[in-house]
Amino acid sequence: MSIDMKQFHQVFFEESFEGLDIMESGLLNMDPGAADPEEINSIFRAAHSIKGGGGTFGFNHISSFTHVMETLLDEMRDGRRQVTTEAMNVLLQSVDVLRDMLTATSDGADHDEERATLQQVELNKILNGEATPSIEGGAESTPVTEDADQHLGWHIVFRPLSHMLRTGNDSLRIIRELDSFGDLKLTCDLSALPLLDEYEAEDSYLSWDIYLHGDISRDTIDEVFSWVDDDCELAIMPLVNEAAQVVETAAATQSPEEKLDLVDKPDDKRAGGDRRANERRKPATAGASSIRVDINKIDTLINMVGELVITQSMLSMLGEDVEDKAGDREERTRDGLEQLERHTRELQESVMQIRMVPISFTFSRFPRLVHDLSSKMGKKIELEMTGENTEVDKTVIEKIGDPLVHLVRNSLDHGLEMPDERIAAGKPETGIVQLNAFHKGGNIVLEIRDDGRGLNRDKILSKAIEKGIVPEDHGLSDRQIYELIFMPGFSTADVVSDVSGRGVGMDVVRRNINELGGGIEIESTPGKGSAIIIRLPLTLAILDGQTVVVGNETYIVPLVSIVESIQVRGDQINRVVGQGETFKLRDEYLPVVRLHEVFDIADPKAKELDEGLLVVVEGEGRNCGLFVDDLLGQQQVVIKSLEANYGKVDGISGATILGDGSVALILDIQGLMRLARDGKLDADIQQIA
Amino acid sequence: MSEQAAKSENADDNKDQVNNEYLTFILGAEAYGVDILRVQEIRGWEMVTRIPNSPSYVRGVLNLRGAIVPVFDLRERIALDPIEYSKETVVIVLRVKNRTSERSMGIVVDAVSDVLNTGADSIRNTPEFGHAIATEYICGLVESDGKMVMLLDVDRLLNYDAEIENIDVDVA
Repeated sequence: MSIDMKQFHQVFFEESFEGLDIMESGLLNMDPGAADPEEINSIFRAAHSIKGGGGTFGFNHISSFTHVMETLLDEMRDGRRQVTTEAMNVLLQSVDVLRDMLTATSDGADHDEERATLQQVELNKILNGEATPSIEGGAESTPVTEDADQHLGWHIVFRPLSHMLRTGNDSLRIIRELDSFGDLKLTCDLSALPLLDEYEAEDSYLSWDIYLHGDISRDTIDEVFSWVDDDCELAIMPLVNEAAQVVETAAATQSPEEKLDLVDKPDDKRAGGDRRANERRKPATAGASSIRVDINKIDTLINMVGELVITQSMLSMLGEDVEDKAGDREERTRDGLEQLERHTRELQESVMQIRMVPISFTFSRFPRLVHDLSSKMGKKIELEMTGENTEVDKTVIEKIGDPLVHLVRNSLDHGLEMPDERIAAGKPETGIVQLNAFHKGGNIVLEIRDDGRGLNRDKILSKAIEKGIVPEDHGLSDRQIYELIFMPGFSTADVVSDVSGRGVGMDVVRRNINELGGGIEIESTPGKGSAIIIRLPLTLAILDGQTVVVGNETYIVPLVSIVESIQVRGDQINRVVGQGETFKLRDEYLPVVRLHEVFDIADPKAKELDEGLLVVVEGEGRNCGLFVDDLLGQQQVVIKSLEANYGKVDGISGATILGDGSVALILDIQGLMRLARDGKLDADIQQIA
Repeated sequence: MSEQAAKSENADDNKDQVNNEYLTFILGAEAYGVDILRVQEIRGWEMVTRIPNSPSYVRGVLNLRGAIVPVFDLRERIALDPIEYSKETVVIVLRVKNRTSERSMGIVVDAVSDVLNTGADSIRNTPEFGHAIATEYICGLVESDGKMVMLLDVDRLLNYDAEIENIDVDVA
């Protein structure tokens, strides 16, 4: 048969990686000793699909490796084996090995055979009785291992669907091939044969019950049926202990009961076929709740929807002017336009959401990381995550993963103490690492917090002096000292572990975050813990904005930076010589930044402070009053980069497109405050010159 | 831009040298041309959003199907007297390359005139003369209907900031 199987490889790999994710999260969620059978079942199904696919595409190393995992899982599923922490750890490691094997295979590289073999040995160790015996199974249900399969032989129920012959497969040839393996006994079921005048020569009506005795591996039999897999009903059962008969169909994911059921009712052929088809479809649809889309396609979509919005608002404006003496056409036009507006807006919103991904995509890897590292380091660690649903742009998600892993590893390794040390310090034995994500001040903030020993200020300092990074008479603040850990090649770890401590990293972390346009800070209290705070800009994120007008120009102020908007009275204003204006808000004196001055906007409507509005905004922890003509509406805007085609503009963080298609600039409050301050300095310098 | 894309761009450039097409436009009394493969779009002048504290030749930014594209006044850029924008005033959106990226930028010109098809051998080198436009932006001269058309080096003309000043000379 000349179907090019390669075209399906990509699908197989994608599905397999999804399967691995299911297995991993399932294993992590499982409670040793009290596992949810449904959970085990879903892990088993994932393993089973990978094995089946691997076999079909000729990746025998994958299918044989997965087979061992599957056997173990199968026993757990049937309650014949207890779910132990040890077994779960081995399974988790196996998931990793399998992931590497799949990655290597999909890249066309050689996989690490040695590692796979070692892992297989581990799995077999668990399988071969080193695990605890099952609670209820008792002695009569000995675990079915591969060895047991091989001795007695197989019971095969082979029921070709009526069209099988037309696919070019011949049942007789299959049976002959089986015969060549060993002692074959079969009975033929003629019950489906129709009357002669209804007989279609090309249809297949016969089915067989086959008993094949001999030391034959399961793979050999699977291979015989590999081409007719989809064109027949097939049940292959090892001839072992009757009580513990394990039944598997070649590629379906039915539970054993259902399969036996199918065998029991050989007459109910059509129904069986249908059910089988349904069973097959179910896991497929469950996995297909998301699809992979090229990000360029989404960007094109986003831009086109933007165009649509503009066209729509243009039409709306035209619609306003429609005058129709005859009567109802005018109204109908307006109704239509209103609907168009509503639909366009909804379309725009949903399209915007596509690029935004919850941060949980990045966070989801941490439970595993913490689980693995805590057992490796012998620490007790609890991971707490908040704000997993905070939406972040896809690009940020892709780039923030590795730096975060590094920081969490650092927290686990350096930050948290060993259990006895913690108890001695009067802290609970279990250390807590928190991963938090939230929006703040127009940024997305990611925090990694631990309640460990905190940064060792003196140690960092002595190391820095030793390395000649800082002079002995440094006069650095605590914060500046903590900053030193971002220097290239800086590590205070006494022993370099394989977790961290090589001193490569923090500088790379900072560089990566800077590349994303973000910043990183450290907070630390000796003995209480430390926190790494990452601020990321909302590139292409949706921002809640307040539209403000000055003269003929419109700007967007990020809503998160706005404290309040007020109208000032003349007596609240103070002029300080050389310092500009301030106004008194309750007990605070706030500097005034006149937007029309900073941005040199022609013809502002309000020149005196009591003519316009003051928007009290917060930036870098300080407040100031932004003087504008008027406020318009609040709206969600999509941040567009000014830098993509132009460059960085002081006081502007980006641009957005308004409903009428025009561009409005988004204010960068911190930059604006800096600009106002420096602008004054510049002016002073010019005056002197 | 991926490396592969960059390669194919270069291939395009090589092709130009065999068969060159230029979009010509008018600025005052003079005709200029830009490589037509660099032209992304031609659109009528419409109001743009001013960028605060930008050089005077930067008119502002416009929305080009969702992308924010800066628009420069070519007259001001090459030190000609500014004129009132009219119905004929157009914005030519060009693709501008520097070493690392490709940007879209618009230039405001008086009017678009024609597409000029010319062989590489009919392009003459720029003589050193005191012309309105600084000669460094001109990559050649060509004659069309008895009129001189100055071919502009888009990359040099529009890579305005110092960071990109030292662009690859062999581009285009």
